[in-house]
Amino acid sequence: MYDTLIIGAGMSGLAAGIRLAHFGQRVAILERHYTIGGLNSFYRLRGRNYDVGLHALTNITPKGAKRGPLARLLRQLRFSWDDFEISPQNGSQIVFPGAKLSFSNEFELMRSEVARQFPGQADAFDKMVSQIVDYDDLTDEHQQLSAREVVSSYITEPLLVEMLFCPLMFYGSAREHDMDWGQFCIMFRSIFLEGLGRPFAGVRLILKLLVKRFRSLGGELKLRSGVKRILTDDGHVCGVELEGGETIEARRVLSSAGWCETMRLCDDGDPVSSRASGQLSFCEAIATLDVPPSAFDYHQTITFFNDSPEFHWTKPTGEMCDVRSGVICSPDNFGYDRPLGEEGTMRVTVLADQDRWMALDDPDYRLAKHRWWDRIVESAVRFVPDFRARVIDTDMFTPGTIVRYTGHDNGAVYGAPDKQLDGTTHLDNLFVCGTDQGFVGIIGAIISGISMANMHCLRD
Amino acid sequence: MTKEEIREEVLDILADIAPDEDLSNLDDSQSFREQMELDSMDFLDIVMELRKRHRVQVPEDDYVNLASMNSTVEYLEPLMKDIQKV
Repeated sequence: MYDTLIIGAGMSGLAAGIRLAHFGQRVAILERHYTIGGLNSFYRLRGRNYDVGLHALTNITPKGAKRGPLARLLRQLRFSWDDFEISPQNGSQIVFPGAKLSFSNEFELMRSEVARQFPGQADAFDKMVSQIVDYDDLTDEHQQLSAREVVSSYITEPLLVEMLFCPLMFYGSAREHDMDWGQFCIMFRSIFLEGLGRPFAGVRLILKLLVKRFRSLGGELKLRSGVKRILTDDGHVCGVELEGGETIEARRVLSSAGWCETMRLCDDGDPVSSRASGQLSFCEAIATLDVPPSAFDYHQTITFFNDSPEFHWTKPTGEMCDVRSGVICSPDNFGYDRPLGEEGTMRVTVLADQDRWMALDDPDYRLAKHRWWDRIVESAVRFVPDFRARVIDTDMFTPGTIVRYTGHDNGAVYGAPDKQLDGTTHLDNLFVCGTDQGFVGIIGAIISGISMANMHCLRD
Repeated sequence: MTKEEIREEVLDILADIAPDEDLSNLDDSQSFREQMELDSMDFLDIVMELRKRHRVQVPEDDYVNLASMNSTVEYLEPLMKDIQKV
């Protein structure tokens, strides 16, 4: 009999596992895949290391900062700032036709950029930012407001509104067209007010730290252990049945599988009204270059681009990918104390239509990957130096990749649009954490696991 | 445990929670919240560590007593006086 079973060995499940094992619970994490990480995983291909989800860690506050999600996470999991070996971004940019906003981990840069390019909006921007700083994510009653309405009540220049939404939506909006005001504030703080950074070794460093800690505390990690059913009895979870047929008893279950995905696992016939699954999925064209991007004088960490004045955050219609807008990430362009390697990497992420990708059979899928790699990169090099002559290897991440790593319906990268912020379900000892609880990003996911463990699994 | 030993024990818990924090300048009369910016999650942690290490139960209504080092030691003394320091 376990005190707690955790479904999913992603960031949130591992973090929750550490909290519970630290306080003496008998806990196991059940992971369907053969590897850990969920959306934020890693792989090796033709001798090179790749990250799956991570472009950059958001929420990066400097060593010694006592406030904010990163400081809280370090205290709760008993890590030191240095353990994560985070290097800050060089600087990033948001590029729209006729306008470019640069930002870095010093918020003053962004303020001055807004004031320079949108002088009439500077005061309104400052006012909005002070609201965002004061926003309390635990108590605020305005959480559900439309962020577009709130932002437009301050900022009257539509182009600036679009430019602010673009990075925040790419890095964490499960909802099409708009975000909740609460989510907007959390994302704005995590990207613009706190900042971006990356461990030299990428996401594997964080995952290895988490797993090592979890195991050293006596936690059990079971890979290739997909949950087939959550066994219930009279409104109460009594355990799970694995895909292999084994049953495991537990006093409670904490699931990071996603809201709809978890509800479907319950063997009580899904009495809870079903919620819409997420629709937003990604393709990512990955290019390995023979030189780091700095060799052709490109130093930006992230470039968010959009080729028209209006930014469209919606599932692509008519085509398999929407290449009008995207995110170009260069893992080489962080302030490491040594070069990442002799080669370089450029990753370009765009919205993708999961239905069209999943409908392809094998040969067509492979062909589509090549065709869309070309089109995505062709779109990106309108905004950054043309790196195509430097490419020595390529890979492509599709909605199918997201399904494989996360098990999310529709390959929905940020899960379902409606979140379950308190983590409770219709069963008194089944709780959710991770993407569909409501915190996104690596730091957000870890905080989600910690909070749900504290709130629901450590009180008895 | 004597008061001094209890203080050492609380310091050890704080060092465990915040390894990057310099605790040598901690003012025993000032609140932890202000000096270290501890939040409610951290106070829950102090309580959980006390339970884990010494089987001391602090009911939720008593969390207010954990505001500063002085008030914490004062509060814990009757609860921990029979515990042997290891």
